[in-house]
Amino acid sequence: MAERERRLTPPFGGVFVARTRVMTSDDTERAVWRMAHEILERNHGIDDVLLVGLQTGGVPLARNLADALERIEEGASVVVGTLDVAFYRDDIGLRPVLPEATTDIPYDLTGRTVVLVDDVLFTGRTIRAALDALTDFGRPRAVQLAVMVDRGHRELPIRPDYVGKNLPTRRDEVVNVGPDGVDLGEMVK
Amino acid sequence: MKHLLSVADLDADDFEELFRLSDSFAEVSARRIPKVPALRGRTVVSLFFEDSTRTRLSFETAAKRLGADTMTFSVASSSMRKGESVRDTIETIDAMGVDAMVVRHGSAGVPQRITDWTDVSVVNAGDGWHEHPTQALLDAYTLRGRFGSLAGRRVAIVGDIAHSRVARSNVVAFSTLGAEVILVAPATLLPPSLDGWPVKVTEDLDGVIDSVDVLYLLRMQRERMTEHLVPSLREYSRRFGLDHARADRLRDGAVVLHPGPMNRGVEIAGDVVDRAELAVVDQVRNGVAVRMAVLWSMLGAGTDLVAEPDEQQGAQQ
Amino acid sequence: MTNTETTTRGAVVIRGGLVVDRTGERRADVAVSADGCIAEVAAEIDPHGAPVLDAAGCVVAPGFVDLHTHLRQPGKEEAETIESGAWCAVTGGYTAVVAMPNTTPPIDSAAVVREVLELGRAALCDVYTTGAITEGRAGERLAPLAEMADLGVRMFTDDGTGVQDDRLMRRAFEYARGLGVTLAQHCEVDALAAGGHMHEGEWSARLGIPGQPAESEDLMVARDLLLAERTGAPAHFQHLSTARSVAMVREAKARGLAVTAEATTHHFTLTHAACASYDPVFKVNPPLRTDEDVAAVRAGLADGTIDVIATDHAPHTQESKELPFDQAPPGMLGLETALALALTELDLPLVRLVELLSSRPAEIGRMADRHGGPIAAGRPANLCVFDPQTRWTVEPAKSRSRSRNIPYAGREVRGRVRHTLVDGRPVLVDGELRP
Repeated sequence: MAERERRLTPPFGGVFVARTRVMTSDDTERAVWRMAHEILERNHGIDDVLLVGLQTGGVPLARNLADALERIEEGASVVVGTLDVAFYRDDIGLRPVLPEATTDIPYDLTGRTVVLVDDVLFTGRTIRAALDALTDFGRPRAVQLAVMVDRGHRELPIRPDYVGKNLPTRRDEVVNVGPDGVDLGEMVK
Repeated sequence: MKHLLSVADLDADDFEELFRLSDSFAEVSARRIPKVPALRGRTVVSLFFEDSTRTRLSFETAAKRLGADTMTFSVASSSMRKGESVRDTIETIDAMGVDAMVVRHGSAGVPQRITDWTDVSVVNAGDGWHEHPTQALLDAYTLRGRFGSLAGRRVAIVGDIAHSRVARSNVVAFSTLGAEVILVAPATLLPPSLDGWPVKVTEDLDGVIDSVDVLYLLRMQRERMTEHLVPSLREYSRRFGLDHARADRLRDGAVVLHPGPMNRGVEIAGDVVDRAELAVVDQVRNGVAVRMAVLWSMLGAGTDLVAEPDEQQGAQQ
Repeated sequence: MTNTETTTRGAVVIRGGLVVDRTGERRADVAVSADGCIAEVAAEIDPHGAPVLDAAGCVVAPGFVDLHTHLRQPGKEEAETIESGAWCAVTGGYTAVVAMPNTTPPIDSAAVVREVLELGRAALCDVYTTGAITEGRAGERLAPLAEMADLGVRMFTDDGTGVQDDRLMRRAFEYARGLGVTLAQHCEVDALAAGGHMHEGEWSARLGIPGQPAESEDLMVARDLLLAERTGAPAHFQHLSTARSVAMVREAKARGLAVTAEATTHHFTLTHAACASYDPVFKVNPPLRTDEDVAAVRAGLADGTIDVIATDHAPHTQESKELPFDQAPPGMLGLETALALALTELDLPLVRLVELLSSRPAEIGRMADRHGGPIAAGRPANLCVFDPQTRWTVEPAKSRSRSRNIPYAGREVRGRVRHTLVDGRPVLVDGELRP
């Protein structure tokens, strides 16, 4: 997320420079596979479970999880929604906030289990915004959280249910989740 | 974006950014609960020195859907003594602590002057014959929805250009977005000078109607009859009105727009109103999304903010 | 000054200046005697202990005469009074102003003329007044011109508006001729200009402000030229602003008509593009026009088609100038900035400038016995001393007017008045009023 903001807003602009590869693409694939099993185990199947990827980093991960789920549960069809939390953030007015992409929640969430999916869990504020946003689409029976990387530094009482990797980081580092794997680095102006 | 006073202040990229935002807000507007807390705690005041229920409702709906509080300062032209100080009004409202003023005034330039008297954001919601930028934005957004892009499209704007803030804003908006603009009007309804206007001009609607992608009909005000601008509404309607015969000659896929409210039987024949080419309902619906985009750009996007770099790092994930 | 006794009339010597009047320019000192007249003009005058006004590097000119001043009294004292208008006048080097009749009540009778002249006697400079051509400036019946002429009124105008009725104007010319007075016209055909608030053209089109076409001025100039020719009465054209009217006046003068014309400082300085700010400080009537019109006005000033630089000093309160452009009253201040704008904007010889600002307006206003030079022994000492090189920045807040509607805020100009003497009395010394 936020690549566009970095580009669009000069005071914050910068380029991500990777320093260490912390997960290869094989690692992330195995993590997806494991998390898919955990989701099935926890929810006793996939019925009434909806994956919602957070724009934009969470969306590809949500699709990968859905693929894995459908391969494990033959014949199952997993619905993936997308959610942009820009308008729900609590830092509006403190930093540039631009919506990344559209929200697409295909049906009423009332009574369903929603698995929020994001690439990196950091302060928890994005997830807080997402929880707020979800209430505008119904009253889910339960909301769970899946992330590829939990890098710590939480500022809110939020914890993930499914984690690809727990990664201790410094606050000023940046975690980048891409198709080739996960890198740790920093932003360079 | 601090203010929106004139379409001329926007370049093609600004339009695209506002359109992209409008897409997001169109989606919000389609939700079961069409409201986001993006501007919670902000106050938007609509200052309508001239009545326009449609525009005011559209702005107030937009503000409310963004979670902002709204206040209305509505002055029927009859009750506000001519010559009462706009500045006093502005300074009073400013002192109440608001974040944006949406201003409609019968005199050109008032929104621009108001920016000298307050630090809050000002949106021009129509000033005299000058401009109506959000109308132009929603028209261009509506056309983008139909055509994808306005580049290379032919747009005919028909009618009373001289006294139309909608025409002034749309000429600039459409041409900025790459459309070819043709003004169709008798000389009495054209501005006294078109120097610097990127337009072609004709008096012959029938000569262009089968070659345009967009037919934009302006509202013909009845009071123009007393100013020797056209002999009669009947004659105006015959030369510049859209009837079935003309509508049949429109290209496939051509769109007819009107800023509303329509004078049936003048700009447009009564039974043409229901034809598929008319995109007036789209215009109204898009009006809210576009105005949400404008208010958000001014009050929420925060692209003019400067924050500490480490704070920023923290918020990026 | 070397003597503190400067505020009363007394012998004064102006030393070290370049004396410029319509007869030419020469380095000379000017001695003023206690009776308010010029005693001596000579290369070196020993003051013998009399107070000295320093004029080194400065021009000593006959005091300026403004044929077109709105003093707003009676009726609009919150915008200007005769007293405050005169402060502005002497600040700008003027020793005489001619008040326009659009007061409340209008100056259209002996009673109001008397009132204005009475108030004018206490002012720092000479105050003359015009009278209205028609009763109430309503354009319907002739005002009592003779009654006002008996009190010394020598110019009549309905300024603020033109006399629309062709027949009435013809009669006015015929009647005025016999009285030996001049009719001055604000040329504007209402039928064309009504509802307009700026020059009709590129900028009015862009800004969405209703316009006044140039033809509304041209038509009335053409009519009055025809009527003046027919009646043989002297006609004075106020604030010419269009290229066409300048051309028509030029042609009429070439044919020998007894017509004169004035142009304002703003019409040779500003164009309609200034209205893009929507700030009514740029709203004026006739409106600011095009680059071509400005060029024509400048050419007219250079070749003598236009006789006079006038200010059309028109004070308006801050509140009224904060109204929307189409509701605000037209008009701008001018007395304090006229000389500087003429020096900055016009590339004219000093002798010609003095003619435009002093000698010609004094003749047209029939006050050449007191104003307009020449600077010679025995003449009334109505003088101004200005430094043509001083650069300064216009700051409306520093105006001595009761109003602030100066459209040149922040503009750097050249030339500043140092001293003004009215009847030998220094009323402005080094830029400071000595009331």
